[in-house]
Amino acid sequence: MGRETPKQQQVSYTVEQLVAVNPYNPDILPDLENYVNEQVSSQTYSLDANLCLLRLYQFEPERMSPQIVARILVKALMAMPAPDFSLCLFLIPERVQMEEQFKTLIVLSHYLETGRFRQFWDEAAKSRHIVEAVPGFEQAIQTYAIRVLSLTYQKIPRPVLAEAINIEGLSLDKFLEHQAANSGWILEKGHGRGQLIVLPRNEFNHPELKKSAADTVPLEHITRIFPILG
Amino acid sequence: MATGYDYEEAPGTYDDANHQDIGYDPNFVPDSVKSFVVHLYRHIREKNVYEIHQMYEISFQTLSDRLFKDTPWPSVDAVAHYVDNDQVFCLLYREMWFRHLYARLSPTLKQRIDSWDNYCSLFQVVLHRVVNMQLPNQWLWDMVDEFVYQFQSFCQYRAKMKNKTEQEIALLRQFDQAWNVYGVLNYLQAFVEKSNIIQILEQEKEGGEQFTATDGYDYSGGSNVLNVLGYFSMVGLLRVHCLLGDYQTGLKCLLPIDISQQGVYTSVIGSHIATIYHYGFANLMMRRYVEAIHEFNKILLYIYKTKQYHQKSPQYEQILKKNEQMYALLAICLSLCPQVKLVEETVNSQLREKYGEKMARMQRYDDEAFAIYDELFSYACPKFITPSAPSFEEPLVNYNQDAYRLQLKLFLYEVKQQQLLSGVRTFLKVYSTISLGKLANYMEVDETTLRSILLTYKHKTHAVDSDGKIISNADLDFYIDDDMIHVVESKSVKRYGDYFLRQIVKLEGVITDMDRIKLE
Repeated sequence: MGRETPKQQQVSYTVEQLVAVNPYNPDILPDLENYVNEQVSSQTYSLDANLCLLRLYQFEPERMSPQIVARILVKALMAMPAPDFSLCLFLIPERVQMEEQFKTLIVLSHYLETGRFRQFWDEAAKSRHIVEAVPGFEQAIQTYAIRVLSLTYQKIPRPVLAEAINIEGLSLDKFLEHQAANSGWILEKGHGRGQLIVLPRNEFNHPELKKSAADTVPLEHITRIFPILG
Repeated sequence: MATGYDYEEAPGTYDDANHQDIGYDPNFVPDSVKSFVVHLYRHIREKNVYEIHQMYEISFQTLSDRLFKDTPWPSVDAVAHYVDNDQVFCLLYREMWFRHLYARLSPTLKQRIDSWDNYCSLFQVVLHRVVNMQLPNQWLWDMVDEFVYQFQSFCQYRAKMKNKTEQEIALLRQFDQAWNVYGVLNYLQAFVEKSNIIQILEQEKEGGEQFTATDGYDYSGGSNVLNVLGYFSMVGLLRVHCLLGDYQTGLKCLLPIDISQQGVYTSVIGSHIATIYHYGFANLMMRRYVEAIHEFNKILLYIYKTKQYHQKSPQYEQILKKNEQMYALLAICLSLCPQVKLVEETVNSQLREKYGEKMARMQRYDDEAFAIYDELFSYACPKFITPSAPSFEEPLVNYNQDAYRLQLKLFLYEVKQQQLLSGVRTFLKVYSTISLGKLANYMEVDETTLRSILLTYKHKTHAVDSDGKIISNADLDFYIDDDMIHVVESKSVKRYGDYFLRQIVKLEGVITDMDRIKLE
């Protein structure tokens, strides 16, 4: 299946070059498929290469590998909040999307797009075979969850956070300690309801931080009135 | 499914070869045509770009209207001896011949295949030989535009297998390379590469090259054909990728062109509109609504101001059609992302006139709303294609709507996910702070569901741009402190600095004028 070369680094560099220079070429299909597997095993990601492959599958549907497509979709899910998952779906024929494993992935994407994290983790647990095939999946989704929560909350109750990142009990304590030490999280006591986590300040959960670019005037514009002032 | 999506076919019986032959003698060359080709040939040889443009744009149209309303022009064989049997001129003549055919009549399968062959020959000449011509940008744009259009048309035609005759099926099998997607994409890519246009545009920014400044023309005795075809091919690639549903790559192909500035793409109105239409559409599908709104607004204003100058042009109808389609797309974008500040006064009033009522209904997100989203999308979207070769197995089916159905379905799916957001927006407009419990009550959902809805709002209104930065396109925003929602209205900050600058310059102008007045 995969072409084993001792110089793994060079293979991926060449694939990226192929995609940039000669993308409309059916001969590079095996390279692109190998590259997907490499992205999975080395926890890297390339949307452009994967789109290139999905296009080739579109041009020659008999050569499509559902397993590779599923892996591409899982990687795309891990790239959230980027819209990569839907960008990939645009290139996958409807009848393929009706297959069971793809329906599951679409449901998972739907839950993530609509902030339904509890439903997401429940469904993911039922589909371990799909998601466990891609290392780094859990962490990627947890990172996305924290991103969205950071846009939304200044202070978030512990149970809400726990549900979103699917960590509880002692593991959660450890996780929170780590975040407090390294990412500026602050742990407070909520009024009678347990812990409250204060998330780092950014312009989205603290609107006063929004840089008002509106009223800055570039120097070139001021030069217009130098003759008048002078 | 809305009936707004119709593959437009030229008048005339579909694939009825006889219709074309009525009263048509391919070997009869009227005097006016003889004169036309002789003069055009001379102007091309002498590189009189202005005269070429006049003949191409005006004379060709006039003769077509007068003599060839519903028949093809004389065959290239009949006119060849008037132009020294010049190979390149004959290829150019044939290109115009086929374009006329597609516009006024229905091409047969054989003609479609022959047109493909002609493009291949013509493009090979430009790519591999030193071509010593200067052609008007209008013509070069039309070549790329027509090339992509005929490809799209062929895919639509090929996907309707159900009523194909045995003869047609045999031809399709025999000429399976005609209009194949690899060929089309690789020709466009070859133009981009061979012309080195990307490097030329880069170097121009640093002052090293001259391209935009001369509108792509070569004033040092060379040829503009390869460079300008390379340039327009980037727009061609954007268009093809949109037809395939690959919006990300399409936008990437367009990247070397800076659409915030004038450029060679604005030198031809058809190219300007095609570029922005596809750019806007791709951004819409990638959920970059603010970007789409920004560009649609600009071009719709431009068309409003300049369309009167194009009334006599053969592109006028196309301009009007694209104008209407972009208003529909703008209506969609603004319904999904209410940002009225981004739309200019004139455009806004046109928009209200055409789609005011529909936009109000779209924002209700009920069944009727989805029907309207469906209708507008179907009316305004590109003619998506299935690029793969057809299956010749029985039973033969029509699958020409498959690609469109998929894009529509995924688009409506996205709309559905945003369904709950308009409810949230209504409440956020009214309150400055409100507890989660209370809002959940008003919206008749439980608190957990409300938290999900609020996360969805944040996620959908904060898009990730091409550099990975988060951009908020929310007109109304909020943050949550434990169980309290605090609403933040993004006030439009008055641009005092700009205002004062303008007034200072204006006052200076008035004083200068007054100084000039001599009182008796």
